[in-house]
Amino acid sequence: MRKFFLVLLVFMLFILGACSDGESETSTSSDADETVVAGEDIEDATELSFWTFAGTHADYFANAAERWNEDNPDRPIKLSAETYPFDQMHNNLLLALQSGSGAPDLADIEIAKFSNFLKGDIQLEPLNELIEPELDSFVEERLGIYTKDGNYYGAPTHLGATVVYYNQEIMDEAGVDIDSIETWDDYVEAGKQVVSATGKPMTTIPTNWYGIWPFVTQKGADFFNEEGELTLDSPEVVEALEFVDSLINEHEIAEITPGGGYHSEEFYGFMNNGGQASIVIPMFYMKDFVEYMPDLEGKMQIRPMPLAPGSDTQSVAMGGTGTAVISQSEHADLAKDFLYYAKLSKEGNIHLWTELGFDPPRWDVWEAPEVREDNVFYEYFHEDIFDILLSVKDDVAGINLSEYTPDVLSEIDSNIMHSVLREGNQTPEEALKQSADTISQKMKSAN
Amino acid sequence: MINKVRHDVEGFEFERRKNRKEPPPVKKRKRAKSFLNSKQVVPYVFVSPFIISFLILTLYPTIQAFVMSFQRILPGQVTFIGFQNYERIFNPAFFKALANTTIYTVATVAILVLVPMILATLLDSKLVRFKTIFRSALFIPSLTSVVVAGIIFRLFFAESGGSIANQIVGVFGIDPISWQYTGWSGMLLMVLIASWRWMGVNVLYFLAGLQNISKELYESADIDGANVFQKFRYITLPSLKPIIIFVTTISIIGGFRVFEESYVLWQGNSPGNIGLTLVGYLYEQGIQQNDMGFGAAIGVIVLLIIFIVSILYLLITGGFKRGDE
Repeated sequence: MRKFFLVLLVFMLFILGACSDGESETSTSSDADETVVAGEDIEDATELSFWTFAGTHADYFANAAERWNEDNPDRPIKLSAETYPFDQMHNNLLLALQSGSGAPDLADIEIAKFSNFLKGDIQLEPLNELIEPELDSFVEERLGIYTKDGNYYGAPTHLGATVVYYNQEIMDEAGVDIDSIETWDDYVEAGKQVVSATGKPMTTIPTNWYGIWPFVTQKGADFFNEEGELTLDSPEVVEALEFVDSLINEHEIAEITPGGGYHSEEFYGFMNNGGQASIVIPMFYMKDFVEYMPDLEGKMQIRPMPLAPGSDTQSVAMGGTGTAVISQSEHADLAKDFLYYAKLSKEGNIHLWTELGFDPPRWDVWEAPEVREDNVFYEYFHEDIFDILLSVKDDVAGINLSEYTPDVLSEIDSNIMHSVLREGNQTPEEALKQSADTISQKMKSAN
Repeated sequence: MINKVRHDVEGFEFERRKNRKEPPPVKKRKRAKSFLNSKQVVPYVFVSPFIISFLILTLYPTIQAFVMSFQRILPGQVTFIGFQNYERIFNPAFFKALANTTIYTVATVAILVLVPMILATLLDSKLVRFKTIFRSALFIPSLTSVVVAGIIFRLFFAESGGSIANQIVGVFGIDPISWQYTGWSGMLLMVLIASWRWMGVNVLYFLAGLQNISKELYESADIDGANVFQKFRYITLPSLKPIIIFVTTISIIGGFRVFEESYVLWQGNSPGNIGLTLVGYLYEQGIQQNDMGFGAAIGVIVLLIIFIVSILYLLITGGFKRGDE
């Protein structure tokens, strides 16, 4: 028995060493995966803390803090930016706000989670005084996402303009000129050409909101109307889902995304190997291309979304993270000023592009020389990324969030897309109706 | 066996106490010290860390959960809403979760009791070589991070024709299966991950139980001419009964509490709710959708289910009786 335990011990040490990264991701302790501190060496700097789920955002804020300290020597800050796993960060923040203590000064909140934080007495600081004077410079649809009762609670990270990335190689093989694709009908025709010439699908449809929300918003509809009433089973949403369904089951130019979503390990490999001809997704996916799909460098072309019948909308602002100032903060005013400096000001927006590759929510920087300077994204894609954005800037649609948006997104994930697209045992109307009933029942009982 | 030993010790203690003479009168300053040294107090001092942590970390949250299940909880706005949370609970998603969890529990209990018992018996027999390696290999999965395991399982059972699992079924002429998106295979994956993870731990329990069986029993069985199966049926199995009851009970409790196995496969949202478990439903509603009162109500129901099932099981198998009765 002793020998057994000895061997066990050795294996244990080996495994623990090998898995320490994985462990820290699942542990529920309060230790962050990574902490970046800026302004450590400055005496009597005000300490601010920032929580995020993306390491790149932590670096971004740390860099911004260094710049802030140079520009504002009279109000120095010591920023510690902590990165946690996605779910853990949002859960911890929610509990900290619920219990009234333990929250950071600033926090990133992802769009699917944002409305959880707009319930009850809102524990986030309104950012109106920072945003309103310069409202014209922003693509307003993006700011509206983080709004409740006329107050802005989140500073956007990017515009998240939905575009179509075409794989030029496959398009050439099929003999399709991507600039001739103007409407979704053209897209379907081109898709048929692609399928018959190459045997590859024109696109794949993820079984989460990426596969429906852009199409719904492009029609000028949404899951909730401006009064916050559920419109999940409205005719426009049904039509949008019918369209998505027809791509797979009627025109047969699309399949279901391998791995179920555009951020799965399985999909990255599939896409990188030229698995599909195009992908409809917000601009921020550029980072994923550069990072996970190196073989597609120089092959991808970015274009606005094809037009839907009776609509001028060429792009929809989707996804994205809002940075919020937490009311518990002892230095809320300083945190707000810093947030403006880092993400809302012109310089901040330029850095969003140069450091993170995000399409800045302020369109007045899209022509700035710093933005036009060569970088890795221009090399991977093409020169005129921002000209395309400028051409569609007035035709960008935004989304309406409600405190029940997380319920809708989870119904889409687990029921709607599954039974309509994968199983085919419900029509789009039936599936949407059923989910709408479930959610409206919940909304009714809560009021 | 263990119970018997404890019984003897108690008997001995009792004898000593009876024969003990009256203690001499104690001086005042020594009273505190002797109070701590007295046999009435010391046991409580030693168990106090457990009692205190139990009160703070288990009992208090449990009571709080009961209270919360009657409330709607939002930051700065906590209101009592009576039984509204409970009225909402019995919906299709909850019953789906209950059905999934029950199937999962039955499957894992069956697998995680029978297979480890057989494996432990094999590992304990003289016929098997390289026992140490097998024992360690079986135990390692319980030390691995379940998240890492989930990623490996996801890739292993990916839906494309090139995944390992689909290549294997392809050998038998079966078309690629969408493992993570079909009811039966989703359940299979969860049970597989759980079995793989906990097999080694249960083998350890059974190995410990097997060490306690007196070798003389087997020797006399040999003399009587019993074969291997008879020895297993009439000696090993009855002697392992306490261990079987114990392992089954913790497997039932673990089964109803299942969460990670489902979470690592689908991150909380499984297609058609094929992987929705009771605790997963609690997490989705309470935390992900910030409805803590409702989540607490689900938690109370899960608590009741586990309580009732475990008590019933222990009553039926006589788990409450003492080993020597």
